[in-house]
Amino acid sequence: MWKYCLKKTAQVVIVMILISFFSFAIVYFAPGDISDMYVNPEMTEEQKANVIAQLGLDKSMTEQYFAWAKRAVHGDLGVSLSNKSAVWPQFMQRLPATIILMGSSMILSLLLAIPLGLWSGYKKNSWLDNLISSLAYMGMSIPSFWFGMLLIIVFAAVLKVLPSSGMHTVGNVSAFDTFQHMILPCITLSIGHVAVYIRYIRANTIGQLSEEYVLTAEAKGDSQTKILFRHVLKNTLLPIITLMGMNLASLVCGSFIVESVFGWPGIGTFAMSAIGSRDYPVIMAYVMLSGFLLVVGNFIADLLYAFVDPRIKRGGASGGK
Amino acid sequence: MNNLLEMKHVAVNFAAYGGTVQAVRDISFSIEEGQTVALVGESGCGKSITAKTIMGLVKKPGKVMEGSQIIFEGTDIARYSSKEWRKFRGKECSMIFQDALVSLNPTMKIGKQIMESLDNHAVTTSKEEKKKKVIDMLKLTGIADAEKCLEKYPHELSGGMRQRIMIAIALISHPKLLIADEPTTSLDVTIQAQILAEMKALQKKLNMAILLITHDLGIVADVADKIVVMYAGKIVEEGTVREIFYHPVHPYTKALLNSVPRLDRDGKEMLCTIEGNIPDMTNPPKGCAFCERCPHAMNICAQYMPEEKTVSSSHRASCWMMDERAAKGGVAHA
Repeated sequence: MWKYCLKKTAQVVIVMILISFFSFAIVYFAPGDISDMYVNPEMTEEQKANVIAQLGLDKSMTEQYFAWAKRAVHGDLGVSLSNKSAVWPQFMQRLPATIILMGSSMILSLLLAIPLGLWSGYKKNSWLDNLISSLAYMGMSIPSFWFGMLLIIVFAAVLKVLPSSGMHTVGNVSAFDTFQHMILPCITLSIGHVAVYIRYIRANTIGQLSEEYVLTAEAKGDSQTKILFRHVLKNTLLPIITLMGMNLASLVCGSFIVESVFGWPGIGTFAMSAIGSRDYPVIMAYVMLSGFLLVVGNFIADLLYAFVDPRIKRGGASGGK
Repeated sequence: MNNLLEMKHVAVNFAAYGGTVQAVRDISFSIEEGQTVALVGESGCGKSITAKTIMGLVKKPGKVMEGSQIIFEGTDIARYSSKEWRKFRGKECSMIFQDALVSLNPTMKIGKQIMESLDNHAVTTSKEEKKKKVIDMLKLTGIADAEKCLEKYPHELSGGMRQRIMIAIALISHPKLLIADEPTTSLDVTIQAQILAEMKALQKKLNMAILLITHDLGIVADVADKIVVMYAGKIVEEGTVREIFYHPVHPYTKALLNSVPRLDRDGKEMLCTIEGNIPDMTNPPKGCAFCERCPHAMNICAQYMPEEKTVSSSHRASCWMMDERAAKGGVAHA
């Protein structure tokens, strides 16, 4: 088990180094001169050269990369060009808002998708399955920005029951107020995930139900409920762990559409405005962070998988499947 | 001896896109208490479906046809409700399957998988007692380190061990009938012999009947009391081991016996095979189903279904060559 963890950790480190290099390279090779943001036409050539030297932009790419990487390792991701303050604290400040939204969306998605997917797979091709499946297709096809706006129109503009944007009403910091603000973005964010999870769980359930061990369970006299919950459920949910691991990055960083629509003060809106104003240090930090989360998400999923699936934990020494 | 199980005119159909597949066509046979019956035939002849029918495990699109009677200890179980089936399975009748690796839940501990049958049939209540029963059962099936085995997962055991676990699962509630669907096909020969011997020993101890389903006549000889030969969903011949091995009547039985590899034959001889394939069961031939592959086929074989004839009180077969009008010497010398 320890060997497995160590191997996985080494992989994470290597991938992280590669990600950092590529995210640096993308910005380095991006069209436009970064120093344009720091110089103005009134400066003399000498002054311009000074600024460029100060920023280290006169050095070679590899030198620049290592200088940047060295600082990044120590948590210094540079200074935002637009508001001249350090990037990392700004990320940290916005992270909780994103995590609250994402976490609740993830929980909501699973709470809905597990029973629906399981039921849909169990009652394959019944009218209920057809209904759930068609809803899932719709959920996957609906663009989130459109659905978010629809929700705003219905619940905020017409019915006036829920706030349309932000995280707090000004002057109100109660948890209930935040909860109210969270409902619409959370639903918007969940709809696509629920749909994907349902399709996945349904397919897994159908697959598992046709496995031979289900027949053995039936031959012992197990009831259908027992087969579904004691035998099939665990085997069905195992692959979902991988799916969730892969989704971790998109949950934290892929939410800028929903965050922008609802004006949620999270990482998404921050990155969005940085892209708009070509704020390179922020963009780089953002790319790094999403890459990092993708790798870490998969890493956690792998470890978790090894923890819950006995076939992986023991290394499958004696003729596993 | 009393009949434990009597199958009367059992037929199973499968509705498929190409038409209805008649997997089992009106078969009748019986198993006495404590008897071992071997159901023999090649792949696709309806053996496994027959076994599943006895367990009530024929699923859609399969359907046990009206008029099928499965009489178990005097009760017709063919029309059992799903609740009645649950009480029956595992308690009265158990089943073991061909490939033990896929037949065990990969993510559930062995002990728990065996214990489930006890949970279902509530033989004992206390957990300690159940655990003791499971351990005793594992020891009976020849697993040395039974306590340790409870905590293991299927992939940690060898093929032979896994099949022993399957036997333990099947026998923990002491059923009266054990159906073994190709129990040794996925094992190597030495383990095959061990498992069969183990089954035989347990049969004596627990006094149960066994329905052994196999395509391998080689393993049948030592184990079975009676052999039922199936072809294309029908029983073509039935008799005691002695009768089937020494005086087979049906050409298909003879062909099956010929295709068993033997050590006493000349090594240069080719292994005998039966030419051709089983007929399309969506549209079974109206005459004898074996007619196309039969070396002795006559005109009538393709036209009319042969009736079942009795050879002795325990031996019956369905072949036109047994008819007195058939060419002289057909049966005896064929």
